[in-house]
Amino acid sequence: MNSGIDLQQSVIEILSNLGLPPGVAKLVWLPLPMVLMLVTAVLGVFTGVWLERKISAAAQQRIGPEYIGPLGILAPAADGLKLLFKEDITPGNADAVLFTIGPALVVIPVFLSYLVVPFGQNMLISDLSIGVFLWIALSSIAPIGLLMSGYASNNKYSLLGGLRAAAQSISYEIPLALAVLAVVMMSNSLSTIDIVNQQSGYGILGWNVWRQPVGLLLFWIAALAECERLPFDLPEAEEEIVAGYQTEYSGMKFALFYIGSYVNLVLSALFVAILYFGGWGFPVPLEQVASLLGVSETNAVFQVVMAAIGIVTTLLKAYFFIFLAILLRWTVPRVRIDQLLDLGWKFLLPVGLANLLLTAGLKLTFPFAFGG
Amino acid sequence: MFVLSGYEYFLGFLLICSLVPVLALGASKLLRPKSQAASRTTTYESGMEPVGGAWIQFNIRYYMFALVFVIFDVETVFLYPWAVAFSHLGVLAFVEALIFIAILVVGLAYAWRKGALEWS
Repeated sequence: MNSGIDLQQSVIEILSNLGLPPGVAKLVWLPLPMVLMLVTAVLGVFTGVWLERKISAAAQQRIGPEYIGPLGILAPAADGLKLLFKEDITPGNADAVLFTIGPALVVIPVFLSYLVVPFGQNMLISDLSIGVFLWIALSSIAPIGLLMSGYASNNKYSLLGGLRAAAQSISYEIPLALAVLAVVMMSNSLSTIDIVNQQSGYGILGWNVWRQPVGLLLFWIAALAECERLPFDLPEAEEEIVAGYQTEYSGMKFALFYIGSYVNLVLSALFVAILYFGGWGFPVPLEQVASLLGVSETNAVFQVVMAAIGIVTTLLKAYFFIFLAILLRWTVPRVRIDQLLDLGWKFLLPVGLANLLLTAGLKLTFPFAFGG
Repeated sequence: MFVLSGYEYFLGFLLICSLVPVLALGASKLLRPKSQAASRTTTYESGMEPVGGAWIQFNIRYYMFALVFVIFDVETVFLYPWAVAFSHLGVLAFVEALIFIAILVVGLAYAWRKGALEWS
């Protein structure tokens, strides 16, 4: 396996050559990828919001944001600035402390999940051995924040929205975990890097989507429900309960919910790309093509080009799924709460269990095709 | 092998991510206007005078779902190590998991029959 660029080693080496002790060099390096990833995540939110507005406009034959920057691309930044200058209102009856902690508790875990999102062999903050499990664990913290803010608002709409959010995310967490488990079983590892590497080597033919079509469907439905996107946006159904748990929020606290939901959408799309569509892998196995053309794998230019292609491929795959999610929002109507719970418990859960057992059975019968 | 390698990044990233809401709310606090009219802090109830509070006792219908969730969430936690180590556990592990899941499916069927998964 080509190890690709290792920025960490290079930077630490350069710093050590400047006369810094290795420990200090590592400490200087430590926050760099984190800040970079955080900026990427925020830029991802801006792009997501802009796409949302442009695509929904196109779906309704409108123009959408146009004047703020070229094609209105700065509109999300203007939204953010507006929210920054907005007055902060805490309802008189509310529990002020929980009211403030709620949005923070929603936003921190989704950002933290970027810890295990890989854009290349070494292009991630930390290749933890628990990988996707960390993401699943962190994603179940956010509902606590939603419930907390729903309860703290002391508003009937907020409380109902918070309860719905909690019920929805616990109902769809199990199908999500079962879909991930089938993929984990094929790669024999929870690490996101191992999951992508297991799919590499054969280009588009090696991707998990061919071996896990049911898993992909399960994962996508459950991920949409976890993100509270239409058709599963019951916690903030505006015709029924105003804005759900967000009803009493204004200014920056509202912005935190908003950022959280979009970061979560981008994150879910990235995980679809990683788990089912080969992560940073290009549809054509470029390594083999390069070796046919006689380009050495240790060639510096080749490595830089490969890393750049990897990042672009990951993002393209992820943004395709964001596009799909936005298009779904303008295509399908919202489900009712009983339909939502029925779908989760009476359909997705049994299908998820069957899919897992089927994968296990196939892995025993055809060990080569299902990751040994 | 030290199993917990790489977690210094987790702690660092947790710290940096925690700064996001702190900085966002802090910056907003410096920049935003402050005027507190009394009626502004009343609870929103579609423009009407709010009737009663929300901190009352009422039937939470999601309670049964939460109970069923606990069972199946614990199940998935047990299945994680099984899935990771499955390649060198072989047929016996498959049969064991089959029995384990079968027992839980019986539980699901029971909850279904008893109406725990019904909304009404």
